Amino acid sequence: MKCTYACGTAEHLLARRRFLGQMAAGASAVVGGLSVLARPSAAAHLAQNQKRVLVVNMAGGLSQLESWDPKPGTKTGGPFRAIPTSVTGLHIGELLPHTAQQMHHLAVARGVNTSEDDHGKGHFMIFTGRRQTPGADYPKIGAVCARALEGKSEGMPGHIQISSGGGGGRSNDAAYLGPRYAAVVLGNGNPPQNSVRPDEITSEADAERNDFRRHVNDRFTSKRRTAQTDVYASSYEQAIELMRRGEVFDVSKEPEADHERYGKYDFGRHCLLARRLLEHEATFVQVTHSNYDTHNENFNFHLEQLGEFDRAFAALVGDLADRGMLDSTLIVVLSEFGRTPRINQNYGRDHWSRAWSVVLGGAGLQRGAVLGKTNDEGTKVVDGQVDHANLFHTYLRAVGLDSTETFEVAGRPVPMADPASHPIEELLA
Amino acid sequence: MTQPQTPKPASEAAPTPGEAPPADQPQPPPEPPAPKADPKETHVVQEWKHDSPLICCRFDPQGRYVLASAEDSSVQRWHLESGAKTPMVGHESWVRGITFCDGGNTAVTAGSEGRLIWWPVEAEQPQPARTVEAHKGWIRCIATSPDGNVIASAGNDRTVRLWNAADGAPVGELTGHECDIYSVLYHPGGELLLSGDLKGHIKVWELSTGNALDEFDATKLHSYNKGQQVDFGGVRTMALSADTAQLAAGGLFNASNPLGAVHDPIVLRFERESKKLLQSHIAEGLKGIAWRVIFHVDGPLIGVSGGSSGGFLLFWNADEEKEFHRFKLPNLARDMDLHPDGLRLATAHYDQQLRISSMTPKAAG
Repeated sequence: MKCTYACGTAEHLLARRRFLGQMAAGASAVVGGLSVLARPSAAAHLAQNQKRVLVVNMAGGLSQLESWDPKPGTKTGGPFRAIPTSVTGLHIGELLPHTAQQMHHLAVARGVNTSEDDHGKGHFMIFTGRRQTPGADYPKIGAVCARALEGKSEGMPGHIQISSGGGGGRSNDAAYLGPRYAAVVLGNGNPPQNSVRPDEITSEADAERNDFRRHVNDRFTSKRRTAQTDVYASSYEQAIELMRRGEVFDVSKEPEADHERYGKYDFGRHCLLARRLLEHEATFVQVTHSNYDTHNENFNFHLEQLGEFDRAFAALVGDLADRGMLDSTLIVVLSEFGRTPRINQNYGRDHWSRAWSVVLGGAGLQRGAVLGKTNDEGTKVVDGQVDHANLFHTYLRAVGLDSTETFEVAGRPVPMADPASHPIEELLA
Repeated sequence: MTQPQTPKPASEAAPTPGEAPPADQPQPPPEPPAPKADPKETHVVQEWKHDSPLICCRFDPQGRYVLASAEDSSVQRWHLESGAKTPMVGHESWVRGITFCDGGNTAVTAGSEGRLIWWPVEAEQPQPARTVEAHKGWIRCIATSPDGNVIASAGNDRTVRLWNAADGAPVGELTGHECDIYSVLYHPGGELLLSGDLKGHIKVWELSTGNALDEFDATKLHSYNKGQQVDFGGVRTMALSADTAQLAAGGLFNASNPLGAVHDPIVLRFERESKKLLQSHIAEGLKGIAWRVIFHVDGPLIGVSGGSSGGFLLFWNADEEKEFHRFKLPNLARDMDLHPDGLRLATAHYDQQLRISSMTPKAAG
């Protein structure tokens, strides 16, 4: 969906921080704004207590039975046992001993039913809160948060993804919100691509280049301004800020003891980087851990993967709590779906979206809560069923947004979340 | 997996003839020749069903029973003559190793909850006689020393632990592996123990000192998939030839899609003294894992593979890469054992069946 402006006012050239301020001052006529934030009180509250979001994407489909909803001693339970947690009466899988001690900061939705067993479609649903339909595209939760919670940190991208592999660059996941809110991808936790000025270009020459670019841009946009030209221009300014603040992305600046605590492997380093980014007021950070698509040897691979996840994730949750950041930071651990209760011939579990779990924590949530229940063999939800749309609403509500509000796109209101759905009130504080 | 019980040659298994009568008396009719194993005649002779998929299986050394573990965390004992099935319930998790001591009268099982349990094999309803909290995490393999006095176990805590078979007391531990240990094997001399891990390192331990003397390179059995970001493989099984001159180590290779079960079974054959790789035995066209290998006393190396191609018994000669015979089992197999008679094979299957196959011609009619 094309992001266009209906007017050519100078407000569109404001920096991101000023943009939020303008909105808070009642500039509701700015097309592309978020009407919920047009209320001065809401924006002021956000300014005082900037909300952040951390999403951990368990790529491929984490087994709920090996993690948040264990069924030991049953036909489908597999070889792992359940262990007690810091929440009385709550047990999780034995592969998560460190996380078990942080469960009082977290909440579990055990009755997730998304009824979609395809990787791509399931991913779309859990990240956008909508079912994928032909011709329609929706922004991912990171883009929505980046847009709706625009931060106070100059130059920090609002939407950052730390990918488990290499690569990097910019994602195409903001749909009608425009590329400004698309994810900056830190491939394998490395700094944004091309964010170091080449040695052969002096700082003076660089400044001159940018001055010339701005001059030419201004001349061009005075007559032919579009959302695309704005994004084009702003991406340069953001890149300059990124280059200036390059150390924010350098996880080696974190203490050696923390590297040890998080684990000296990719996911440990990525979680530590996530902490660093959140501390530097990044609005939305997504860390991906790969890979849980365990059709074969599910138990061996969950041993391997959750061993990595547990240590680093628990350290991160504990640190956010110790640093007083949990009240302002929403934590979500999700997948595109869960895995079959039935164990296949290869000791694997296949795709299963009818009864699985998502973990939430921190800001705006009932910590230590468990919502929903699956039957004894984990094949279906018997209580507290929720879906991707409910979860999406809940994420937004947890960070203080009214999920029933709309974005204005091309003069038309577009609901932030599926208007046919609603938040999970039982999980909200 | 349990150290294979070296089968007796079929000729030795026959009843010992009595003293020969004087030459001037009538001679009794000659004993019929003992049947000899012929892999090409392999066929299923018995199928026994449980109500949960099976994991591993072992014959008792006296050849009376076969014990098999299941995904319901039980061990099932089948009486070979009657087919009677008796549950042995005591583990809280899946059993991945079964061995015997006390002349075959006691079974020791290794659970994924980290416990070893001793069982009276012949009891009408076997109950745990002793439980030992042996490891942190899964125990993946277990073996009995040749003299029957020590049980070795190993698993995810990367440690081989040694236990007094008579009372379960710890008598030693061997540390040095840097990842999960998948298999242990005693040398018949009793002075050495071999252990193989996820990354294909096979250590040779001198038991008198606890030192790792040597290492076989079976890293071909391991791979790291960058796309899926997983370590995969492992030394799933080991066996020594009857003359101990050769070591076989089995598992998988060609793991193009570990999470999707796309990989091939393979068995590496080493010369034990030099540790030189003599042969990489494959099973062309099959997908799966070599779950267990056993050297038959007559020479062939017997393997069982299970995977997306199904279950197969595979028979290799020393000098050939490919098997000289394969027998397709009715369902995916996960483990195999050779009866002390050297003729029968037990296989544990995903379809909940324990199957007994015979390497002899089918009975007429």
